[in-house]
Amino acid sequence: MKPAENSGKAGPSLHKCPTGIVGLDQITNGGLPRGRPTLVCGGAGCGKTLFAVEFIVRGATQFNEPGVFMSFEETSEELAANVRSLGFDLDDLVRRKKLAMDFVRVERSEIEETGEYDLDGLFVRLNHAIDSVKAKRVVLDTIETLFAGLSNTAILRAELRRLFLWLKDKGVTVLITGEKGDGTLTRQGIEEYVSDCVIMLDHRVHDQLSTRRLRVVKYRGSTHGTNEYPFIIDEQGMSVLPVTSMGLDHPATTTRISSGVKRLDTMMGGKGFFRGSSILVSGTAGTGKTSLAAAFTKAACERGEKCLFFGFEESPAQIVRNMLSIGIDLAPCVKKGLLRFHTSRPTLYGLETHLTVMHKQIEEFKPSVVIVDPVTNMISAGVAQDVRSMLLRLMDYLKGRQITTMMTSLSSVGDAIEENVGGVSSLIDTWVFVQDIEIGGERNRGLYILKSRGMAHSNQIREFVLSNQGIELLDVYLGPSGVVLAGSARLAQAAREQAEDAASKQEIQRLRTQAQAQRKALEAQIAALQAQALAQNQAIEHLAAQDQLRAVQGQADRMAMARSREADVAAPAVAGPRRGRHL
Amino acid sequence: MTRLPKKIKARARKPEPAEVPSDLWELRLYVAGKTPKSVRALENLKRLCAENLKGQYHIEVIDLLKHPHRAKVDQIVALPTLVRKLPEPMKKIIGDLSNLSNTQQVLLWGGMSSRTAKSSPEGPDGEGA
Repeated sequence: MKPAENSGKAGPSLHKCPTGIVGLDQITNGGLPRGRPTLVCGGAGCGKTLFAVEFIVRGATQFNEPGVFMSFEETSEELAANVRSLGFDLDDLVRRKKLAMDFVRVERSEIEETGEYDLDGLFVRLNHAIDSVKAKRVVLDTIETLFAGLSNTAILRAELRRLFLWLKDKGVTVLITGEKGDGTLTRQGIEEYVSDCVIMLDHRVHDQLSTRRLRVVKYRGSTHGTNEYPFIIDEQGMSVLPVTSMGLDHPATTTRISSGVKRLDTMMGGKGFFRGSSILVSGTAGTGKTSLAAAFTKAACERGEKCLFFGFEESPAQIVRNMLSIGIDLAPCVKKGLLRFHTSRPTLYGLETHLTVMHKQIEEFKPSVVIVDPVTNMISAGVAQDVRSMLLRLMDYLKGRQITTMMTSLSSVGDAIEENVGGVSSLIDTWVFVQDIEIGGERNRGLYILKSRGMAHSNQIREFVLSNQGIELLDVYLGPSGVVLAGSARLAQAAREQAEDAASKQEIQRLRTQAQAQRKALEAQIAALQAQALAQNQAIEHLAAQDQLRAVQGQADRMAMARSREADVAAPAVAGPRRGRHL
Repeated sequence: MTRLPKKIKARARKPEPAEVPSDLWELRLYVAGKTPKSVRALENLKRLCAENLKGQYHIEVIDLLKHPHRAKVDQIVALPTLVRKLPEPMKKIIGDLSNLSNTQQVLLWGGMSSRTAKSSPEGPDGEGA
């Protein structure tokens, strides 16, 4: 009836019985060994009983596998009350014949042992319970209590061995819990009989922060994750963080998404970040990291994508209010259900627990963009090397799901850049650095891209200005000594340049006027000369005309003279007078 | 299958029981089928009762194979188990009752302390096997 069973039958591989516990089935590649006993051990308060309850409840509700819960420590009523807060209604399951509960109490004070005995009573009860609901799963929590109630350990051990064999014969999947012993997995060495699968739960406190961890110590006939996996217990039960750093085969897209700041996109070839990449925005306090994250968030929501914002410093209301002051209104995104905030203090629990919570939130909300603001606060919740490995796991997990992650990182002044991010910089695809630029008695913000894998990007420092219009990136001004000028210095420089510009314009105008004047003078000169030439011509003409006139006059005179002399006006008249004049 | 003789009552023979004549030993013996242990246990119990509790006892043998739900009621884990419902306090004796003196001590304890001492010459040495 179960897929696991079918697939098991098809091949020689082990049949698996899914637990339904978030993450655990991934670590164990499908669940616990079907039809065999599994030991869950750990110290007091590590969540053994809850693990067992969830195994039974999920079996009954999700996999249609009724179960038997045999408790040796708590009465059925107590147990039902204890797990009700986790949303498990045991009474209802009992009513629906999905669950049989039996509380086995062995009170040493009222028991005397005389002679030989066996545990057939337990067998009978278990058998009866299994038959009454046709159980496929059985929990024995914590069977070692029998050792406290009965003194003949030789009989007990023999009987337990027989019990597990009998349960195997019955074909039920059994989960046995055991209290951790001194140097052994369980106090009474139950692991000796339950050798198929052993899961250890742990509850460790480091720097006053506790973290629950789970480890599959052994799983006969199956591969399994061997790491310690953090897990949490919350109102939905247990969830294990199955992220591993084993695979490095996540897909890579060429899709680009906007950073929400136009000029920042421009700095990255005009297209923004790669989808599914991990982006780190680091800088000292007050450099506008959260604002950049908010712009990115807003851009994602405007594209209609879901965004999950993990805040470790501000409450959601505070983030929304503060971002409104720079013209980024996140409230409508929240209203539309595209943006979800998850804020908590980093000291609330250990690093692993934080990551498990984040993992759970991501699984639930299925965002395409995740913001962690700031990731450095996680470091205060863990030990340096743990932080690195855990962040690595988280990033692998996010990348595997093609979730674009923007993390902000607070660096303190004077830190080496590398140190301030828990050494995760090598895992980062795009690293944007926001920096204070202090000149001229001012602090201003500068932004540059430290690295951006797989794309051409600007190497320039841009001035990064927050105003009520949003985020703006302005051009860089370089001062005389090559320093970036920002703020008033930039304005001054701009004014200076403007003034210089104006001055040169005036000069051109002046030169132009001068040239014009010169041309005009020349033109006047030309006109004068032309007039002179004309006058000369006129004079010449005049002289010529006078000359002609004189000639004509002369002839007339001669004619008149000739007439007066009554000279013959003969043909040689022309020569005549000349001759005659010579005469 | 072995629902054995329920009520075996007899007249008190000795004068001592007169101190607590109203005492009735209500005993239940839980077994699972007729195993050598359960047969031995019943034999031992009958003998003890006959010797010490003439006419003051009531033995009920419960076969859990037939009535598995009964195991829950009296919190039975080991078999055979003898439950002394009365007199108070309730006592459980597990095993085939082969350590007679020990069984006798427990069986009678709290009920007729005076007689316990007299009829158990072996004393407490049989305890704590």
